[in-house]
Amino acid sequence: MRHIIVPDFGTAAAWRKAARACLNEGLSPADISWGSEQTERGLFDDQPAAAAAPVKMTVPRSFVELAETVCWHRDPDRFARLYAFLWRLKDAPHLIADRGDTELAHLRGMEKSVRRCQHKMKAFVRFREIGNRDDPRRSFAAWFEPTHHTLEPTADFFARRFGDMDWRIVTPEKTAIFMNGKLSFAPGQAKPELPDDASEALWLTYFRSIFNPARLKVQAMTSEMPKKYWKNLPEAATIPDLIANAPARARAMADAAPTLPPVRAEKARQQLAAHMSAWEGPKEALPAAIHACTRCPLHQNATQAVPGVGPLDAALMIVGEQPGDQEDLAGLPFVGPAGQLFDRVAEAAGLRRQEAFVTNAVKHFKFSPRGKRRLHQRPNSGEIEHCRWWLDAERALVKPKLILALGATAAEALTGTGADILRRRGTVEQLADGTPVLLAVHPSFLLRLPDPAERERQMALFEADLRRAVEMVAALAARTGRQDMAAG
Amino acid sequence: MTGKTLESKLAILSDAAKYDASCASSGSTKRDSRDGKGLGSNQGSGICHAYAPDGRCISLLKILMTNFCIYDCAYCINRVSSNVPRARFSVDEVVRLTIDFYRRNYIEGLFLSSGVIRSPDATMSDMVQIVRKLREEENFRGYIHLKTIPDAAPELIEEAGRLADRLSINVELPTDASMKTFASEKNPGQIRRAMADVRLRKEAARDKTHTGRKAPKFAPAGQSTQMIIGADGSNDAAILGESTRLYSSYQLKRVYYSAFSPIPDSTSRLPLISPPLVREHRLYQADWLLRFYGFDLKEIVSGARDGNLDLDLDPKLAWALKHREVFPVDINRADRELLLRVPGFGVKTVSRILSTRRYRSIRYEDVVRMGGSMKKAGPFVTAQGWSPGGLIDTAQLRSRFLPPPQQLSLL
Repeated sequence: MRHIIVPDFGTAAAWRKAARACLNEGLSPADISWGSEQTERGLFDDQPAAAAAPVKMTVPRSFVELAETVCWHRDPDRFARLYAFLWRLKDAPHLIADRGDTELAHLRGMEKSVRRCQHKMKAFVRFREIGNRDDPRRSFAAWFEPTHHTLEPTADFFARRFGDMDWRIVTPEKTAIFMNGKLSFAPGQAKPELPDDASEALWLTYFRSIFNPARLKVQAMTSEMPKKYWKNLPEAATIPDLIANAPARARAMADAAPTLPPVRAEKARQQLAAHMSAWEGPKEALPAAIHACTRCPLHQNATQAVPGVGPLDAALMIVGEQPGDQEDLAGLPFVGPAGQLFDRVAEAAGLRRQEAFVTNAVKHFKFSPRGKRRLHQRPNSGEIEHCRWWLDAERALVKPKLILALGATAAEALTGTGADILRRRGTVEQLADGTPVLLAVHPSFLLRLPDPAERERQMALFEADLRRAVEMVAALAARTGRQDMAAG
Repeated sequence: MTGKTLESKLAILSDAAKYDASCASSGSTKRDSRDGKGLGSNQGSGICHAYAPDGRCISLLKILMTNFCIYDCAYCINRVSSNVPRARFSVDEVVRLTIDFYRRNYIEGLFLSSGVIRSPDATMSDMVQIVRKLREEENFRGYIHLKTIPDAAPELIEEAGRLADRLSINVELPTDASMKTFASEKNPGQIRRAMADVRLRKEAARDKTHTGRKAPKFAPAGQSTQMIIGADGSNDAAILGESTRLYSSYQLKRVYYSAFSPIPDSTSRLPLISPPLVREHRLYQADWLLRFYGFDLKEIVSGARDGNLDLDLDPKLAWALKHREVFPVDINRADRELLLRVPGFGVKTVSRILSTRRYRSIRYEDVVRMGGSMKKAGPFVTAQGWSPGGLIDTAQLRSRFLPPPQQLSLL
């Protein structure tokens, strides 16, 4: 009988070499006793083996891969089992594909458990920093207790992963050392004292926080992270507490009463509204969407939003400031005192309001309550900006040939600035999309003028502006009409 | 926000991130740092470095850049109207945590998500800055999964795709209607357009440039998404229908199903039930049947009641019990497609059966050694020396597979 000792380091390559030599000598499994450096010799180990004819065979590739893994199993019989199966393969090479074969099933099982052990080593080795954080190559060390002899075949994984640092992994049997890019192995050691590492506390914090106490599945955890590994995993120390407190934490979440949103929420909502893209939807849905608007806080105090009214194919769009007290109650634009004044002047100027689309720059009434009255307040730029979204939607829907902007707020919503409206009134400005905007004062400005002479003067200018609007619409309509005919 | 320690920020921002189920770190380009000029590697399959007691693996450092958010999605712990503590990481803090965790072999890489602050572009550009610093200054070669913000600028998405391994964006709820109810500020159409955009960019990166060079890879580990299960009333048929649509339309690598779980400071609009974990599990099983076992949606749903999968039986078994005319299947003759439909047989078992039966016929014990579960498969197959007899036609067949009845508690 031949006794072959397979060394602890380089085991897989050594076994392969030995097995090839045995086949060359034609030694059957019964002629060989396989041992490692630790195993004791058997009684008949040193008796000479009978020489036989060399075996000529092609070893299937998948067997070589199988053997390379199984050699690292801790079972002392692994070498003998491998050789015995190899011996069977010489007459029946297809056996390597026969998953029902008892012996192959056993070897595949061993292979699986070595692979699993390797995988768990890749997962569960925990380094601690042993050098200085600022060193050009940082140094780390870890202590690990693998189930099989897996440090050697797995070390290359760490070398590929942690190429720019020095590290060592100490196990009871072997130590892997990676210094300046060179990997080497040394005999094993007892568990070394590794210095405390501040990152470990952060890691435990992370482990505790990422756990969801409402879905406790302890078995799913232990099947993948068996308890035998826990003693070298820093995070495992927190597990018993996490499990014990989980039901109470889940219950506390369910029992907690809903809270009011923080003050910040309202500000964030406005921020969000500013970034929303343009309104898209069927045209019939627009008034309902405006009614449901909560883009700015004005909706909280107003009765309702007041969307624009008028034919959707109107050539003229009239934009006011915002609904007033009456408009807020009625839900219609331009029905209060200023609206009535507008109607009177419009009639004189020949402007038929029912043919225009009438709306406001801001759709909700902004006011401050004073006793039993509501005092009108001018909308600020933020509110105008939020509401411009709706104005843009209405413009996109109606596509007016001319827009008549009444007052500074309408001017700001349309042109970006409401400054100097008294000087700009009566002039025409162009919007980015080419639509002309005729600027005028707001009728409520006329109502508020204390000096009768000045009011008279401004009324005349306002009427002139409205007349100009009528003329412009007629001219623009005639021009497009001509274009249409030319195109036709 | 000032004065919070790194540790308390980490606690807040990982607590806020845990409702994202994805932790995959597989399927990206292979790379390593054997050259000593960088840190990290990526092999074919991912590694789970730890498991939390909720049974979920921890493979990536899963954190939010910030949990401040301007959206108000009812199911989300970070919605603007919630009173949970808020925090924000600086770019350097995320980079340092990632590198320090990675060097100690705690993680495979980073999964960075964020609440939306200021504007989508501002948020996305901060996130891209973190990833750029990791890749370009720290030479980090580990895995990076980046959540994308739906309407961020195209050049930010482009850069994100070149730096990260995987991009994802959550559809959150299976139907547009429930999105409207629970996440009214999010636009499902926009989310779909964003996924379409990632797919197109990925495909464009596959083509060679006009000089014949390979274009830089775009999100090599693909894109994924997540749906919350049990927050709205959608049934399993609707959920699986949506995921089939998503897989086919946007070539997703994965659709994650996340059982709606109670969150701290939840809204009164959603039921705080214990998360439907079994349902989540059945959906994953069905998802696998759809992608790897040749089932189509109609078949799986045919085994369902009210459009919901049977919680007591796995979906393949439920299907088999309703289609007994197909069985018993002869293990030694049936083709691959049919073998894949046998309950208790996985893809690996089937390929082992196929490779072995080229040489000899297969017996009952062989299948057990090949990893098949004969307890389940027994009534549905014949093998050499094994016949289920009349088992397949017995009325009680279903009850063989049901979990044992439980004694009601006296108290």
